[in-house]
Amino acid sequence: MAEVRFLNVVKRFSTKSGDVLAVDQVNLEVADGEFLVLLGPSGCGKTTTLRMVAGLETATSGDIFIGSRRVNDLAPGERDIAFVFQFYALYPHLSVRDNIAFPLRAQRISREEVDKRVQDVAQRLKIEHILKRRPNRLPSGEQQRVALGRAMVRQPQVFLMDEPLTNLDASLRADMRVELKHLQHELGTTMLYVTHDQTEAMSMSHRIAVMNLGVLQQVGTPLEIYNHPQTLFVALFIGSPPMNMMTCTLSEGRHLQAKVGNLRLTLSSTHRLLSQEREQNVAFGVRSEDVHIQSADRASDVMGTVLVREPLGDETIYQVDVGGESALLVKALPREVFQPGERVGLTIDPERIHLFEAATGKSLLAAAEKAG
Amino acid sequence: MTNLSSAPRTQTPRMRPRFGWFSDRWIAVSFLTPTMLLLLFMTVFPLIWSLYLSFTEWSVARNTREAPVWVGTQNYVDLLTNERTWERFVVTGQFVVPAVVIELVLGFAVAMLLNRKFAGRGALMTGLLIPMMLSPVVVALFWRFMMQGDGVLNYYIEAVLGVPPVQWLTGRSVALWSLVLVDVWMWTPFMMLISLAGLSAVPKYLYEAAAVYRASAWFRFRHITLPMVTPLLLIAIIFRMMDAYKLFDQAFVLFGLGGGPGRSAQTAALYIYQVAFDQFNTGEGSALGYIMLVVIIALANIFIRVLNQAKTGQ
Ligand SMILES: Nc1ncnc2c1ncn2[C@@H]1O[C@H](COP(=O)(O)OP(=O)(O)O)[C@@H](O)[C@H]1O
Ligand SMILES: [Mg+2]
Repeated sequence: MAEVRFLNVVKRFSTKSGDVLAVDQVNLEVADGEFLVLLGPSGCGKTTTLRMVAGLETATSGDIFIGSRRVNDLAPGERDIAFVFQFYALYPHLSVRDNIAFPLRAQRISREEVDKRVQDVAQRLKIEHILKRRPNRLPSGEQQRVALGRAMVRQPQVFLMDEPLTNLDASLRADMRVELKHLQHELGTTMLYVTHDQTEAMSMSHRIAVMNLGVLQQVGTPLEIYNHPQTLFVALFIGSPPMNMMTCTLSEGRHLQAKVGNLRLTLSSTHRLLSQEREQNVAFGVRSEDVHIQSADRASDVMGTVLVREPLGDETIYQVDVGGESALLVKALPREVFQPGERVGLTIDPERIHLFEAATGKSLLAAAEKAG
Repeated sequence: MTNLSSAPRTQTPRMRPRFGWFSDRWIAVSFLTPTMLLLLFMTVFPLIWSLYLSFTEWSVARNTREAPVWVGTQNYVDLLTNERTWERFVVTGQFVVPAVVIELVLGFAVAMLLNRKFAGRGALMTGLLIPMMLSPVVVALFWRFMMQGDGVLNYYIEAVLGVPPVQWLTGRSVALWSLVLVDVWMWTPFMMLISLAGLSAVPKYLYEAAAVYRASAWFRFRHITLPMVTPLLLIAIIFRMMDAYKLFDQAFVLFGLGGGPGRSAQTAALYIYQVAFDQFNTGEGSALGYIMLVVIIALANIFIRVLNQAKTGQ
């Protein structure tokens, strides 16, 4: 087992229609035994990053280390990694058993040892009953397990997985999330896992690295990423429903104040702005669960009208028109019921707001306050 | 019930179009009729008529004024008990099998070489496909020219290799192989083209998995490439086999109706022609044609069965 390090890694593809900068100056460290998820929208360079670790793509510049070895110039087979492909990439004409045994066969391991290890893995993945079958006729959930078995059997330094759950149906995906997390915990093998699905990232990982347009946006634990997004992109990408985002102006009185439409919010003294200039063009963000909805007769930060009510069972989402550019999304407990058209009051938790410089998308709130 | 269902129709009278007679149905019929008539007279009628003739004793040249004489299965019995008929099929097989196998191996090998990006690939491909695009008669004519005793082929064999000339067209043991050579020259590109289509359809990630898990080159070929292209290759083999089986033009141009020295290159198709249009034994010729048809249908069926097995991965 080993850590994986990226040092200023750049990948540029030259195509007929010009160069594509797929990965831009990535610096990242995956600790030994860590489950790190690379998360980002499709086309942001996740797969390319992963393939560079596997050696299926060569970095244009920068260094990649697995453990203490710089692997840039090693062939994929020499890197001691296992790769799980999105479409499983099983050998169609070999039995499940031979597919799993395959990485061992290439290593001149004794037959008894191979059989034992395959049996072990099959037992762990609960696929003993299909060992004699051919993979191409198996349901995708089982193909997925076979692919995992092939990856696990050699006990590699690092697991690399490229959206392995994307082709499974929803309930199977949820099961596999739990199982994969458990498996990684038991094996303790370093895992670099690529997905565009934030639920997967949040639920499985120790840390998430969010990527956009080839640039690493933020690396942190799921809760850090959720509670303290450092860029506008991360704030909007993570969370469902997406974070409410409005333009605001900051003004200084006795306390710093944010003015969003007809809403005036005094920032709590714990917030310290990174930038000393008073930005006129600031993105103001607040998650739907940090806005509280109540009846209009209570003291509120702002008044509004309910547009839509979406009862989801465990919670209800309201769209509330506050006369601004777009309606606010508010999460509420299902027992507080407000009807569409009803006047309501909203209060916003000033501790839980986010401010971003509109031009650069960088968070304006000081990093020191973000630890909580 | 009937009243109910027909009621709406009477209540909403349809507008009568100006060209009422020009309905969809009329268009369909008028477009199809010429083709149907043509098919009927050019294909269906001859098929049935020749089936009838195959049970008669009749000659289209000698008995023009008499009706065909019904002889039952006599033609078939005669043909199937005649050693010469069997010889023709053996010769045909001796041509078809080597020709198709060599075309397959050669075409696949060339496809493996071409299955990568390099400068001038397009031009090379076009060049390689030319033989396939030529008329078989033209191809045979220039090969006959080159294969003559003092032709260019023998000239090079003597001058470059220093071995005695080959009797391409007159040697009893060589003639059939000359036919194979011409067919291979002409149809290897076809096998190459199909192989290339198969090769380029193999998903790249299978090879990538092989690279990560350290598969040997042989393993990649045996367990990835071959299984993925086999179904397509089988289709190519069926095409080529059926085509080679009824080979006529090249054999006719190279060797004439007699099929070269001692009939050593007289394929079944040449023999039918000889019986039906040289000796003008129309009844017997028709029977021979039907025997050939049954054989090829049987062969094709076997291959299609194999193909289906290969597709489902057994
Ligand atoms: N082989 C390639 N040639 C050219 N461009 C590529 C190649 N592979 C990926 N790209 C480009 O690089 C960018 C990142 O792709 P990728 O890493 O596959 O994204 P993701 O996995 O995050 O969806 C995309 O814009 C894609 O079009
Ligand atoms: Mg991808």
